[in-house]
Amino acid sequence: MDPRVAIINKRLTEVKRVLAIGSGKGGVGKSLIATCLSLILSRKGYKVGLMDLDFNCPSCHVILGVDVNNIKPMEEKGVIPPKIYGVKFMSIAYYVGDNPVPLRGHEISNAIKELFTITRWNNIDYLLIDLPPGTSDELLDVLELIKNVNIVAVTTPHITSIKAVEKFIRITNWLNKKVIGIIENMGQNLRPRANRLTKELSIPLLGVIPYIPDVENSIGNPIKLLSSVFAKYLEGIAEKILSRLDH
Amino acid sequence: MHEWALAEAVIETVLNYAKKNRARRILSVKVKVGKLQSIDMEIFKYAISELAKTSLLKDTHFEFIEEDALFKCNLCGHEWKLNEIKIDKDTLESIHFLPEVAHVFIKCPKCGSPDYNIIKGRGVFIESINIEVDNHGS
Repeated sequence: MDPRVAIINKRLTEVKRVLAIGSGKGGVGKSLIATCLSLILSRKGYKVGLMDLDFNCPSCHVILGVDVNNIKPMEEKGVIPPKIYGVKFMSIAYYVGDNPVPLRGHEISNAIKELFTITRWNNIDYLLIDLPPGTSDELLDVLELIKNVNIVAVTTPHITSIKAVEKFIRITNWLNKKVIGIIENMGQNLRPRANRLTKELSIPLLGVIPYIPDVENSIGNPIKLLSSVFAKYLEGIAEKILSRLDH
Repeated sequence: MHEWALAEAVIETVLNYAKKNRARRILSVKVKVGKLQSIDMEIFKYAISELAKTSLLKDTHFEFIEEDALFKCNLCGHEWKLNEIKIDKDTLESIHFLPEVAHVFIKCPKCGSPDYNIIKGRGVFIESINIEVDNHGS
């Protein structure tokens, strides 16, 4: 009997709301949105945690500019994530650095359970989870292990991305989880391409973030990121997310 | 002190099992501890005994079995044990928290592949829970 499953939701009683950011495809901006959203919520005065569940290619630490070779979680009856610009941040990167991580599906599941078992969030308002691309182990584990998880789906305007996020949303629906809305990132015009999807699936469009090339200059610098145009767009979306979470 | 988190997981699981099966008493629990995770057994046992004090578990006998870690390469089929290879202290520390990171630092000694299975000895597992059931219901 695996002892970790029983403890995970008990650990999450220290978290008021869990919000997972996912999509069907990679490269749509999930990690940037999850990280920037965490910083925005923290700046608003909320206690925020961020968990990077992209074990194969973690990148939230890169966006936050965390030197994972020198900053580590503190060990105290589990592990307590370090606070990065006010956000309690947990990632496999603390333990693997920038090495490639060759894990098979069952190993990813094991690592997810272990991380949720040992991480102590100690009373936070929001835990944001940056999901990896796709609809396999990480998504299924999060949907099955975390009872009250809320989902934000991210897509770009590209047809392939919209098709993929549709599958992502359908899977979350099959597992009876709440998708609180869709963000269209790198939008190209005023008519969001995700509109059709939001109507068909009865899920609100939380907002469109246009393609902002210079956001790249803010990577690794949270202060710069928070003052970027990207963050300004995301602030409006954050308000919508909070209002929907409080329903 | 990460051992406390794992001890809590064991206690929570046993109590859930006892509740689900309407146990009147929990007689014994057998816990398997894989050596890959380098659990400090003294701390782990102490944490279990402390956490068990205030529950249905205060008279329960806990048995701990340490299990050698065994790996099998998915590429060449080679099998090897943890104690047959050299691992530095920092790597052991990382594996202690997250055993799967072994794949980053340990390669098949025969072919060098990082793609292998941890066949046994990964981490903490509850082997058995022996309860006395309340036949009269509650």
